[in-house]
Amino acid sequence: MSALLDVRDLRKTFGGGQTLFGAPRPEVRAVDGISFTLARGETLGLVGETGSGKSTLGRLVLRLIEPSAGQVRFEDTDVTAASTRALRAMRPRMQMVFQDPYGSIDPRMTAGAIIAEPMTAHGVGRAEAAGRAARLLAQVGLSPAMAARYPHEFSGGQRQRIGIARAIALDPSLVVLDEPVSALDVSVQAQILNLLAEIQARSGVAFLFIAHDLGVVRHVSDRVAVMYLGRVVEMAPRDALYGAPLHPYTVSLLAAVPRPDPLKERNRPRIRPIGEIGSAASLPTGCRFHPRCPRARLVAARGGDTVEAEGTRLPSACVRQDPLLAPAGGAAHLAACHFPHED
Amino acid sequence: MSAAFELRGLTAAVPGEKAAIRLVEDVSLHVHAGETLAVVGESGSGKTVTFTSALGLLPKPGRVIAGQALLEGVDLLTLGPEALRRMRGARIGMVFQDPLTGLNPVFRVGAQIAEVLRAHLPLSRQAARDRAVELLARVQIPDPARRVDDYPHQFSGGMRQRVLTAMAIALGPRVLIADEPTTALDVTVQAQVLDLLGDLRDADGMAMVLITHDLGVVARQADRVAVMYAGRVVETGTVAEVFAAPRHPYTIALFRSIPDIEAPPGTQLAPIAGSPPEPARRPAGCAFAPRCFAASEAAGCHATRPPLTGTGHAAACHRQGALEIAA
Repeated sequence: MSALLDVRDLRKTFGGGQTLFGAPRPEVRAVDGISFTLARGETLGLVGETGSGKSTLGRLVLRLIEPSAGQVRFEDTDVTAASTRALRAMRPRMQMVFQDPYGSIDPRMTAGAIIAEPMTAHGVGRAEAAGRAARLLAQVGLSPAMAARYPHEFSGGQRQRIGIARAIALDPSLVVLDEPVSALDVSVQAQILNLLAEIQARSGVAFLFIAHDLGVVRHVSDRVAVMYLGRVVEMAPRDALYGAPLHPYTVSLLAAVPRPDPLKERNRPRIRPIGEIGSAASLPTGCRFHPRCPRARLVAARGGDTVEAEGTRLPSACVRQDPLLAPAGGAAHLAACHFPHED
Repeated sequence: MSAAFELRGLTAAVPGEKAAIRLVEDVSLHVHAGETLAVVGESGSGKTVTFTSALGLLPKPGRVIAGQALLEGVDLLTLGPEALRRMRGARIGMVFQDPLTGLNPVFRVGAQIAEVLRAHLPLSRQAARDRAVELLARVQIPDPARRVDDYPHQFSGGMRQRVLTAMAIALGPRVLIADEPTTALDVTVQAQVLDLLGDLRDADGMAMVLITHDLGVVARQADRVAVMYAGRVVETGTVAEVFAAPRHPYTIALFRSIPDIEAPPGTQLAPIAGSPPEPARRPAGCAFAPRCFAASEAAGCHATRPPLTGTGHAAACHRQGALEIAA
């Protein structure tokens, strides 16, 4: 069976060219050659820091922004080549939920109207849409009587429930969720995560779940992809990625998550990447993680072919060759690192 | 040993339609030199209001209506505006969540640090600038002699947070209050900034108050913790005690709702139903009772406010005894 979603070598470049005064404008490679597939009913978690390109990738997949290169196939149709009309016909099947439930819904519309809107836009009659909106409210744990209320009358968690009801109104097979719980308090966040799991179990919808919180991503995902400066640097089934991470960036991300256990926290070695993520406008040569990579420094210290870089000696492969995302553990465990099995 | 900083019965309110609305009520906390107290709570729990009130920074029309805020024995709430301003900065430093709003975008960072120094100390421009370079070095900004002349937008988020930390410790305060200092930062940078704060506390023997919503940050960084809910402290104790055996149902429920990166696969999250009450709509009894798995009529949960009881490890819950038996 073919995948629900098949993304191939997707790229998005911003800027470039010249400014008004003729100075060259830096080119930002926000998404720089990403490929993955998503099966029906599956959740792929997408983690990365600010500037990794994860939100851009989510929007590219739904063609809310135009890719610079590459292909997205959804239900065996080429989304990237689709006409405006064909794209519109696909919209009910591929939906999005945003981080800020308040910013993504119209404050002058009632909750009922917000949920009914995508249905009426796709030809469902008004009365029918209103009836379905009431049922959707119940499905997301709100009272159908709340249909007459306005967004400001709801709490953050309730507004996110409305955003989810609207996204699932037309029974999509794919929902891209961009930081859906990061604006919510932990006690409310758990409610929304459980709601998403229920919806998926009932409807078989697939999720592309974008978040920076590694605990949340682990909880919801079947597979996880880790992004760094426009690339996927590691992708694996959930337990393989969290249990035996291969890319040094993933290792340091997991080591940096503070865990609610004082004993483990006090005794844990400090593994820290050096500095901060840098900019997609001026990508490093070779592996784009090498300026921050603790492993490259350890590997170089053990000898082998090294070069002078970043004020120290690093393996020449790390500085000169861009590593490809390739099977490194099992066939399903991919990592883009020259030394995936070193400590 | 007396505390470096102590709040006693702090209550702050804003005028309401009928009666004053209490934002925080009867908050008592203390922190010793060289120690980190974490204050944990969700949005609206009053954790930030508690400290802005104590430092005379609560925006009008809010005001403190009862309590004391003792900094090395001096009650800040009895000081005039000028004396209070001298105390802030010199004796008590603050670091806030958003590193962009704390810095003025049109001035070089060195000039902003020097301004803090010269407002309190008789220093020449050159001496203040030299101190600014030293401070940037202390917060581990690479190449501080050059970066001192950069503008805030030339720094990354983590570096801006370091600059703000440098300003907060510029005058060698005895107490540092850090309000969600790493919430806006990515996790790898968050870890670096937390390491830095811990190192500064240890080197200078500062008392540190860390306001956060993240129990992981508490576990990593703090010695003691106070959990706040709906404007009150509902549980307090050492981090070891509270994490090993939480006593308040809110704390217990909070732990069960966090997706941990090392929880066994398939672990279900147990969310807390509903959401915290707004200050004007807090219920008459225990504010957590409407969301509580252990609330009961017989114990009076819906009728009366439970006091904070216990020595050392304390909780404000009518059902405490019953919960310990159940657990």
